[in-house]
Amino acid sequence: MTGKRLWSWLAVVLGGLYFLLPLAGMVDFSMRMKRGEYSFEAYRLVLADPQFQQTFGYSVGLALLTIVLGILIVVPTAYFVRLRFPGLRPIVEFITLLPLVIPPIVIVFGYIRIYNTSSILPLTGSWLGTNILLLFGYATLSLPYMYRSVDTGLRTIDIASLTEAAQSLGAGWARILTVVILPNVFVSVLSGAFLTFAIVIGEYVFAALLNVNSFGPYMVWMGGNRAYEPSALAVVAFAITWACMGLIQLFTRFSKFSTARR
Amino acid sequence: MTTSAVSLPAALRPRQILNWFGVAPFFIFATLFLILPTLNIVVGAFRNAQGEATLENLGKLLSPSIRSAFWISIELSLMTAVLGCLFGFLIAAAITLGGLPRPLRNAILTFSGVASNFAGVPLAFAFIATLGRLGFVTMLLRHWFGINLYGSGFNIVSFLGLALTYLYFQIPLMVLIITPALEGLRREWREAAESLGASGFQYWRMVALPVLWPSLLGTLALLFANAFGAVATAIALTGSSLSIAPIVLFAQIRGDVLNDPHLGYAIAFAMIVLTAVANGIYILLRMRAERWVK
Repeated sequence: MTGKRLWSWLAVVLGGLYFLLPLAGMVDFSMRMKRGEYSFEAYRLVLADPQFQQTFGYSVGLALLTIVLGILIVVPTAYFVRLRFPGLRPIVEFITLLPLVIPPIVIVFGYIRIYNTSSILPLTGSWLGTNILLLFGYATLSLPYMYRSVDTGLRTIDIASLTEAAQSLGAGWARILTVVILPNVFVSVLSGAFLTFAIVIGEYVFAALLNVNSFGPYMVWMGGNRAYEPSALAVVAFAITWACMGLIQLFTRFSKFSTARR
Repeated sequence: MTTSAVSLPAALRPRQILNWFGVAPFFIFATLFLILPTLNIVVGAFRNAQGEATLENLGKLLSPSIRSAFWISIELSLMTAVLGCLFGFLIAAAITLGGLPRPLRNAILTFSGVASNFAGVPLAFAFIATLGRLGFVTMLLRHWFGINLYGSGFNIVSFLGLALTYLYFQIPLMVLIITPALEGLRREWREAAESLGASGFQYWRMVALPVLWPSLLGTLALLFANAFGAVATAIALTGSSLSIAPIVLFAQIRGDVLNDPHLGYAIAFAMIVLTAVANGIYILLRMRAERWVK
């Protein structure tokens, strides 16, 4: 028994070294900009860089819009499929899993071919069109996470009874979805939303190939042109990922607590 | 579960047409931004510039440079998938069966959730800061142990460096997927095996592994696809100095149509086929695995 525990500790300690050293390296490197002392100089430079402010702000905005779009598409679909079209379930589930199967670079390649300037819908031709394309592209990437979390949320509530109750009180579909269903699956929606945020914020391939100057391409540009700032950016990105995952855990625990009370 | 369509009052039935409006946006969205773009690539792979059906594009995949790019990609994905499965399994086994304190198990699972999503550009930066020429570990080894990492031929911008970096998201993914499967191993199975005189090794060989192997193989396939589709990490780490399939495709799209758009289609098509097969294996084996867990 003690032998087994020893091996387990060994596995965890070695694993811990592998996983913590790059984090230590990243933090260490990001603070070595001034010779001979630790400082936050790299962070100061990054945060003061107008390029950073602009691209980061853009990516945050885009991530939030992606979440809104994702909710608008996924919540009604998951709801109607559960309530009225159980037969469509396998098809919808299959489609929502496709973005995990088809490499993102292939999807964006398809966009460039279909929506280029010589097509019927020349989205890549204008600033607005390109942004819309990127937004819908990110919504596509978030589909697997969004759909699964919303669907799991719907499973825990009795949507048929809720719908009938709301209808008997005279509510229409839009009202049922926004006032009755959405609040009930809000926690699940949030966990999908945070995951989406973590994915979109530093995404590179879509943005680079659509020539959009968002946070991902900015980071790559910094990587090629600066020494210490990239590490500072990596620390920021890692903190965002942690925050998103932490919030998911927090909200799921909170929801478990509230359902247990019911 | 499949209650409502029948149990609702018949007066609501004609509304079924209306209900289609609820799911229509999803299908329109999926068609425009997922299915049509992919189909465009697949069809394009079998057409030449004049729009005639051909296998010529796929033939070009066999040219030495493209073939070697795919080969490196496959090697890299396979290697990180196998090692990711192995190390992920060891860590998962340690936290589920190894008698470690429970808070540690939860901490590791939470960290795995973060690390499996910490891919892409920042991950590459973290590894450059650690194992690059002036990286944390490189300097540590030189000053404390007198080991000159780069003098011994190591370089983070290489196959090995890329593999080390990929493992950072491969291992946690394995931990996340395999931990529930390991927790599904019932205590009674082990007790039954022991009461029949089985050793620990025999229990693993004849009971636990046969139950786990669909999960293990399935996850291997998933990790393969996961590594194969990773582009950003590779680009941020190596620039374009290491030509793996996704980077070749990236360059092809970037320099767009400069030489041959249909070669781009063919590369993309081959990538879809590889990841689709890997994911297909994962889904099939996962369904098999669930028979036992229930």
